[in-house]
Amino acid sequence: MSHLETTLAALQDKFGDVLEQVVEFRGETTVVIHAAANLAVLQFLKETLGYTFLADLTAYDDWPEEPRFKVIYQLRNLFGPVSLRVKCPLAGDAPQIASVTGLYPAANWPERELFDMFGLQITGHPDLRRILMPSDWQGHPLRKDYPLGYEEVQFTFNFDDIDKKKPYAKE
Amino acid sequence: MTAQDTQLLEATIDELKHLFSPRAQTGETMVLNMGPQHPSTHGVLRLIVELDGEIIVNAVPDIGYLHTGIEKNMEAKTFTKALVMTDRLDYLNNMGNNLAYCLAVEKLMGVEVPERAQVIRVILAELQRIASHLVWLGTHANDLAVQSMLFYCVRDREYILNIFELIAGQRMMTSFMRPGGLWRDVPAGFEEAVRAFLDYLPARLDDYERLTKNNPIWLDRTKGIGVIDGPTALAMGLTGGSLRGSGVNWDIRKAMPYSGYEQYQFDVPLGSAGDVYDRYWVRMLELRQSLRLVDQALAKLKRLGPGPVITADRKVAPPPRAEIGVSMEALIHHFKFWTEGFPAPAGEVYVATESPRGELGVFLRGNGGPKPHRVHFRTPSFINLQSTSLMSKDHYIADVVAIVGSIDIVLGDVDR
Amino acid sequence: MGLEQKLGNLGVVTTTLEQAVNWGRTGSMWPMLFGLACCAIEMISTIGAPQNDLSRFGMELMRASPRQSDLMIVAGRVTRKMAPVLRRLYDQMPDPKWVVAMGDCASCGGIFNNYAIVQGVDEVVPVDVYVAGCPPRPEALIHGLLTLHAKVKQEKLVKWA
Repeated sequence: MSHLETTLAALQDKFGDVLEQVVEFRGETTVVIHAAANLAVLQFLKETLGYTFLADLTAYDDWPEEPRFKVIYQLRNLFGPVSLRVKCPLAGDAPQIASVTGLYPAANWPERELFDMFGLQITGHPDLRRILMPSDWQGHPLRKDYPLGYEEVQFTFNFDDIDKKKPYAKE
Repeated sequence: MTAQDTQLLEATIDELKHLFSPRAQTGETMVLNMGPQHPSTHGVLRLIVELDGEIIVNAVPDIGYLHTGIEKNMEAKTFTKALVMTDRLDYLNNMGNNLAYCLAVEKLMGVEVPERAQVIRVILAELQRIASHLVWLGTHANDLAVQSMLFYCVRDREYILNIFELIAGQRMMTSFMRPGGLWRDVPAGFEEAVRAFLDYLPARLDDYERLTKNNPIWLDRTKGIGVIDGPTALAMGLTGGSLRGSGVNWDIRKAMPYSGYEQYQFDVPLGSAGDVYDRYWVRMLELRQSLRLVDQALAKLKRLGPGPVITADRKVAPPPRAEIGVSMEALIHHFKFWTEGFPAPAGEVYVATESPRGELGVFLRGNGGPKPHRVHFRTPSFINLQSTSLMSKDHYIADVVAIVGSIDIVLGDVDR
Repeated sequence: MGLEQKLGNLGVVTTTLEQAVNWGRTGSMWPMLFGLACCAIEMISTIGAPQNDLSRFGMELMRASPRQSDLMIVAGRVTRKMAPVLRRLYDQMPDPKWVVAMGDCASCGGIFNNYAIVQGVDEVVPVDVYVAGCPPRPEALIHGLLTLHAKVKQEKLVKWA
């Protein structure tokens, strides 16, 4: 029995009630769990099953579907190595999820990035501020309902129109 | 300063209050701003340091001055067109970024890459690693007062850029690797050019080692500075040379091989002390290992002989030029390929590669459409930079320069 | 014991004040050490690599302080977060000062037409020379700088601030 199978069996056994789904795609395993249980599951995975390395922490936005946000924890057991992805769906426009910085100190900046880019409220984070955008920025750029912010491109035919309204700097 | 400015400033200070010790508010310690325009922060990194005399109490990095919105912008482009954005991500590791993204697209689409393409990819990725390490060595040494090193290293890097120009016509943003393989085969003269470089560099590396390795000033500035032990480094998510300097044997090329790295002989250099010197020394040894890898891959390329360099799966690869002239279907396919793109299956993949700075991971999610639903780059500099405050505590302010240099950050990689 | 006795008769060169000053300004232009993104690496190549060697034009000396420099090479993309900083640096430079927008991103936003990037640095500071390329080759940057020199040589006394 490979370590991954052991992991899945142990998760099924211990967290059967919060385990929603196990997805296999291109040889990668994703475990979908209730977002409220993220801390407990990750703690179990880290301390009992040896997934000590948090390779990546990110999220994506499924707008307009619900539940809208999915938080992704890419975990790794360095002996093997065995990779496991834990996914937490989050419903609503301003969802909350518990911070995992206590378990994985490396999650500090990625969680700030989630707050900045998706507007997720990370509860229990030691220093929740915007990280990439200016602190007075409005909106959360990586949300799907946030526009890309495209500006019209200047070509020969519309050069003068745009030139007139382009805010050129003064001395 | 207007009233509004003052108000804004106060708001900013309030926001950062919890980061500094109470002594900063009584004026016992001094809070100093460093950057974003500073000669030794390697770009637009801003550090807010709290100083007790010259000793650092706390250093808080403030990033985002180069946030380009690459991840969002890639969602608006097809899988093939989004490739050009990856070049500009970590601008010292263009080939490596291409490679990581291509591997992710290939995994998502389930295509195989011809062996010849894989071998060329390894050669290019390793040459890029050498080029990146040379810039790191030059700038790092420049910060620590070995100024001539910058000129030597940049000169040697030009030879690698000449090779890239030979194959792709561009020096830096080559976009040479494409999902499914390569843009085209390497031209005649490629092998000789790489061979000439392989013969040239080792003697130069000996020189650079002589300039630094036992130089007393260098040792004073690097030994025992910015120490981080192995377990802490792992917990902080450090990867690459910064992790190996602490003695942790973790290299993705060995642990989770991609592009046929398992077929080559190379060692993973390790440090022990986890200080600036060990990180420097690990990278110096890595340069030689990369030369070894290029040498083996070149020999393998010769053994393989000519062959296809892009997958035959026409869903992912455009039709060859020769076919477009004679086949109407190929012409239509070419047009549709570049305008509409190809639909990817719904699903998500994570691919990890070893960039010169550490683990470069790509999280790619398709949703059945021709554009990525979400691309996320797990960039090594972003994660590694977190450790700066940990490493620089209780050191002199002059050591921050050495520590930031030794982590080898690229701001494009940090901010994306 | 003047210079004449050492070198013999030097004779007299007559020129206009304009030409003499402009010649001096082009001969030792000090760029600010200010790299933003990818183009900064090519800028290092231009200045540092012996193959290109910008010191031929009297400008290898990069000053890290804006107060000591008279040329700002905006090398790379300018983000909305960086733009105020860039403007402040420009304001701190003493007159006369010039700006070169190096690369597509600095000139017009380049391939990044999105929320984070200023679409051309000319929205923030007045630009004298635009250098195309992503990133421009060192030769292109040198050409841009020589174009700037040509421009400076045309400057008129009445326009001096």
